[in-house]
Amino acid sequence: MTHVATTPQFKQNAHEALGDVQLQQALGNVRTGFIDKRAKAAAKLPEFEALRDSARDIKNHVLQHLDLYVEAYEAKVKASGGHVHFARTAAEANARIVEICKARGAKTVTKGKSMISEEINLNAAIEAAGMAAVETDLGEYIIQLRGETPSHIIAPAVHLNATQVEADFRRVHTHLDAARDLSQPTQLLTEARSVLRQKFLSADVGVTGANFLIAETGTSIIVTNEGNGDLTQILPKVHIVIASLEKLVPTMEDAAQILRVLARSATGQELTVYTTLSTGPRRAGDVDGPEEYHVILLDNGRSNMLGSEFEDMLRCIRCGACMNHCPVYHAVGGHAYGWVYPGPMGAVLTPTLIGVEQGGHLPNASTFCGRCESVCPVRIPLPRLMRHWREREFERHLSPVLVRGGLGLWAFFAKRPMLYRFSTGLAMRAMSLIGRAKGRFGWAPMASGWTKTRDLPAPQGATFQSQWKNRK
Amino acid sequence: MTVVENRPRVGLFVTCLVDLMRPSIGFAAVKLLEDAGCEVVVPSQTCCGQPAFNSGDKATSRDIATQVMNAFAEVDYVVTPSGSCGGTLIKHYPEMFADDPNMAGKARAFAAKCFELISFLTDVRGVSAVKSRYNGTATYHDSCSGLRELNIHDQPRKLLGTVEGLSLTELPDHDVCCGFGGTFAVKYGEISNAIVEEKTKNIVSTGAHLLLAGDLGCLMNMAGKLSRQGSNVQVRHVAEVLAGMTDLPPIGAPQGAVK
Repeated sequence: MTHVATTPQFKQNAHEALGDVQLQQALGNVRTGFIDKRAKAAAKLPEFEALRDSARDIKNHVLQHLDLYVEAYEAKVKASGGHVHFARTAAEANARIVEICKARGAKTVTKGKSMISEEINLNAAIEAAGMAAVETDLGEYIIQLRGETPSHIIAPAVHLNATQVEADFRRVHTHLDAARDLSQPTQLLTEARSVLRQKFLSADVGVTGANFLIAETGTSIIVTNEGNGDLTQILPKVHIVIASLEKLVPTMEDAAQILRVLARSATGQELTVYTTLSTGPRRAGDVDGPEEYHVILLDNGRSNMLGSEFEDMLRCIRCGACMNHCPVYHAVGGHAYGWVYPGPMGAVLTPTLIGVEQGGHLPNASTFCGRCESVCPVRIPLPRLMRHWREREFERHLSPVLVRGGLGLWAFFAKRPMLYRFSTGLAMRAMSLIGRAKGRFGWAPMASGWTKTRDLPAPQGATFQSQWKNRK
Repeated sequence: MTVVENRPRVGLFVTCLVDLMRPSIGFAAVKLLEDAGCEVVVPSQTCCGQPAFNSGDKATSRDIATQVMNAFAEVDYVVTPSGSCGGTLIKHYPEMFADDPNMAGKARAFAAKCFELISFLTDVRGVSAVKSRYNGTATYHDSCSGLRELNIHDQPRKLLGTVEGLSLTELPDHDVCCGFGGTFAVKYGEISNAIVEEKTKNIVSTGAHLLLAGDLGCLMNMAGKLSRQGSNVQVRHVAEVLAGMTDLPPIGAPQGAVK
């Protein structure tokens, strides 16, 4: 039931993305907006760097004691009247959710924004079971209308512009006056609100993700800017939280500490507009809230990352700063990555979740510029983790033959300094003679990926080492 | 120790690209180091091993790293005119041998005596000004490894500020990657090109007629794009200007034609 990955065709995806004029225009917002806002928010908080250290340490602590916190959390959820369901795989998670929905005879399931539900492709499972899944986050709602997946983990529709959204609304909202004015973004927003309001009121089950699960209290927390999450989880009779294991933190204070870097890193806000806590179902005397409260605790490969060289990735709090600062993401956008998670975090996580045979392009498609790591609020060494994937590919002989061959030939000479100096000395003189007049080559063997769009500067002539020998 | 302090023996790790493509950067580095009171030696060398390391070939990268550490065992400092190769020596050699108790200490000790050229001049040798002249306006690109692995940002700007006749104008998005990324530029040439196109747009927008950076890989990428676009912006390594050695043609320009 999971999404079919187009990651093996990453190069083709990228090629199409680079030629997509509308997409390139939309990506302009990522290239500037997010970066400036994060920089300003970070600069305003003198303790920002210390908070990043603290966030990293909290997450590391949890990962080292994950078993204890899972048990403590489960006990607290139960004590508050909720249920915890452990799901090893996406299929198990989907099956549990469908089962819970069916038991209540649900027809409509509203959803808050959740990347985990994208990871397990929950909407398809709900719809296959004969129920309607309705995304209530504006961006998610728009891409659901278009039959698309998110192109960014916090701004799922960042690849679109207002004209496209207007066309989608006119295509789908046929019950509304065809002559209505939708030229302003606020008009689009108002229309989405009124359509979604009906869905909220008619929903039988609400599904949300979680930014944090608090072991101390059995509470789940979501952060949103639209308030849709609150309506999703408060109005229906059943609230289901779907979250992966690594969302656990020990205490409310720990969550509060990480919240201080989360929104600042993501959108540059000090806090998101809503930070919503939910603990168990409605208690006697509560004025609102669900009758049933379920948590689906998903593993889906996470426990295999514990203790491996990819464990650092489990600290990720899904802020999106890495992709916001990534030159490759800026160039091709999120869909080119071909599966659920784009950008640097996706380049590390995707091979973990769908296998390096399918996801292998992503950790290679990086310049290792390190800008992602420099902004990561929990200091994940993303380039290093991508390099670990390259190591695994190399060990398993998954790297392209041409790359391996070229590398092997280069290594043969690089490990033999005498031979290297002799042969490169000859080669550079020859290349210099050929390229002398222009000072550059318009074409070079084995380097067409370069020379198709760029010249290759020609060498000056005799190598440094040969000239140095003569100088002495 | 006084010998070290007064006239340290510096092993120049010239980098494979400079060795093969643009030796004049190596000679500029030698001049700057000698002017800063160092004795410069050039042990036999090939490459730092970064291509193997970043391709996931751990065994080859360790072999080459061992070769480099042995070749430079006898010098007080290892200095290299590249933030990228410097990053490999300083940050990644210790990482390569982290799980090898026989080599880990050696790699860490080696890393501790390695420096990128410009930061070595300012931070270790206390150079605060150079005696050179260049008439014109330049802009400076911060290469990623130097900037983010070695914190090289102020040092080149500070020294460039003392070059007579040179006015330095800041490059918009000076801290954004140029799209080189080693083999990335060939393997993912189309994406690499999209990134360097953004870069050259910014370079041209400054109106500077000279582009400087501290890494030949990035410089070749940007120079190659600028020349393909028909731009007349000249491209040089920052050491060439600091050493006053700009008599040879800039990167990618016809040989024999000066300026």
